[in-house]
Amino acid sequence: MTTTEPTNSELARSADGPSPVRRRRAYRQDRNGPVFWIGIIVLALIFVIPLLWMFLTSFRTVEDSRRIPMTLIPDEFTLRAYQLLFADEQNPVFLWALNSFIAAAAHAILVVVVASMAAYALARMQFRGKNALFVIIIATLFVPGFIFLMPNYLIMDQLGWLDTLIALIVPGAAGAFGVFFLRQFFLAIPKELEESARIDGANTWQIFLRVVLPNAKPALVTLGVLSFLGNWNDFIWPVFVLFSPERLTLPAGLATLQAAYNIDYPVVMAGATIAALPVLILFIFVQRYVIEGVATSGLKG
Amino acid sequence: MTSSTFTGAEAVEAAVTASPPRKGGRLRLNHPATPYLMLAPYVVLLCAFVLGPAVFGIWVSLHDWDFLLPNKPFIGLQNYADLLDPDSITFEPFWKGMRATAIFVVASVPFLVLIPLGIALLLNRTFPGRSMFRAIIFAPFVLGIAVIGVLFRYLLDSQFGLFNYLLGLVGIDPIGWTQTQPAAWVALVGMTVWWTLGFNTVIYLAGLQGIPRDHYEAASLDGAGSWNKFLYVTIPGLRNILVFILTTTVLASANMFGQSYLVTNGGPGDSTRTAIMVMTQEGLRSFKMGSATAMSYILAVFLIIISAINFLALREREKK
Repeated sequence: MTTTEPTNSELARSADGPSPVRRRRAYRQDRNGPVFWIGIIVLALIFVIPLLWMFLTSFRTVEDSRRIPMTLIPDEFTLRAYQLLFADEQNPVFLWALNSFIAAAAHAILVVVVASMAAYALARMQFRGKNALFVIIIATLFVPGFIFLMPNYLIMDQLGWLDTLIALIVPGAAGAFGVFFLRQFFLAIPKELEESARIDGANTWQIFLRVVLPNAKPALVTLGVLSFLGNWNDFIWPVFVLFSPERLTLPAGLATLQAAYNIDYPVVMAGATIAALPVLILFIFVQRYVIEGVATSGLKG
Repeated sequence: MTSSTFTGAEAVEAAVTASPPRKGGRLRLNHPATPYLMLAPYVVLLCAFVLGPAVFGIWVSLHDWDFLLPNKPFIGLQNYADLLDPDSITFEPFWKGMRATAIFVVASVPFLVLIPLGIALLLNRTFPGRSMFRAIIFAPFVLGIAVIGVLFRYLLDSQFGLFNYLLGLVGIDPIGWTQTQPAAWVALVGMTVWWTLGFNTVIYLAGLQGIPRDHYEAASLDGAGSWNKFLYVTIPGLRNILVFILTTTVLASANMFGQSYLVTNGGPGDSTRTAIMVMTQEGLRSFKMGSATAMSYILAVFLIIISAINFLALREREKK
């Protein structure tokens, strides 16, 4: 029965955790002076303006993008940059976007499926080699990722995965973060739920699929979103394992786009906007999951 | 979630007392093969793409492994010896890269540790629009280095960039952000701070909200001002978070690649060509995998030592 102790303290912690914050907010409102508000607004502008500049420049004419004095709002809005990109067969930005989406979505699904099964076994089952395996998984969290670049490149070559999206989807799913993250969450789910399903005659797989996973939805969404974003934004790996123009993802493509268009900045900014908008829109909807996922990863570490 | 403290305890009790007919207790109810089946997909991936490559990489580093040549002769530790031998051709680029990485780490980490702490303290106050503000400063991090890289190459353009234009408005001559030093380091550090600051801020914020309010109240009763509260309540309360942030930030900065690749292309000269850039150039562009893997292991050893020092130094102080 010793294994239940950490679970209880987990529960106690997660039960105390959020509630005092909420209570505090209810009765306590800080008084903030004008200096505070000026600081907040200036800070917000520092983060908004560069992104706004990128977005607006993508609608500028080349002349406008080089004119002094500069203006925030373009003289005239033109779709020239987007039309150029649409017609550019060497830099098929929309195909890159599709590739990025396929790779990121497939990767996220793979991570959630594989990590949730492994995490459940580690959280709730007793078997030989469990502690050794868990130590190995944790240890891999401390190994810098770049040491895998060269050997994994050779493995991709052996498997015939170079220059394919599979190279972006599969190897990254071996990361330990998802297993670690979900294990922590599963440990905090009250065992009672699983016990009662067991009494109703459910087997382990049924319990896992119908009791545990539905109860872990926030954690699964968080992991899925973080994996999607991480894969969508991954840069160093696709830059080296993808080569054909039609196989690239957006980050690798942006590097070739920048080389091709150099100082035709409206076109480069249009490419960047196409890469940025989907994640920004996704982020608006799921920012709570992303930010809380990041915050808890820090607290656990 | 508030009731879960009780349900957890009840579950234990139930397992001990209320269900004697069950044989062997809760943990042996699954088929003995089930845990292995559930782990199998992950363990296969782990062996194929993490454990296998880590060992395979060492094997590669012991060979004159040219990806494009059929013969890959075993040369023992020669690749490592070359990296330590000033007369070899790999020595100079590698250590220049290590130097660039070290400069970037030393220049960026203080800002990445301190500025987010300041912003987190600001955000720890209550004000309308707080979560929107938190989302805004986190947004650049969500975009990834490729978008941020091409955006900053434009903003930093000495002729057409926004920064030099704004500096011109206050009478400062155009700066060659990507062509001169130390301007290039200032630019790379600045853009990195802008890009990743939200990440550390969010972690600090979670840590700040974990410090019990009554610790501050007790300090107030003892007559502590806000500076003393910061020093004696906030900082000790954030000890573990600080260890985490310092360690992950050093590692992230030591992994710097995209900023130099996209914005300065390693220039001016080779001054911002980081260790990762040198290593990927050697292994994945020139396909000299042997020397490149040797480089990666040397850098990895450096990073593991630095993380261990960080970790031990801050943990030790906690004990005193």
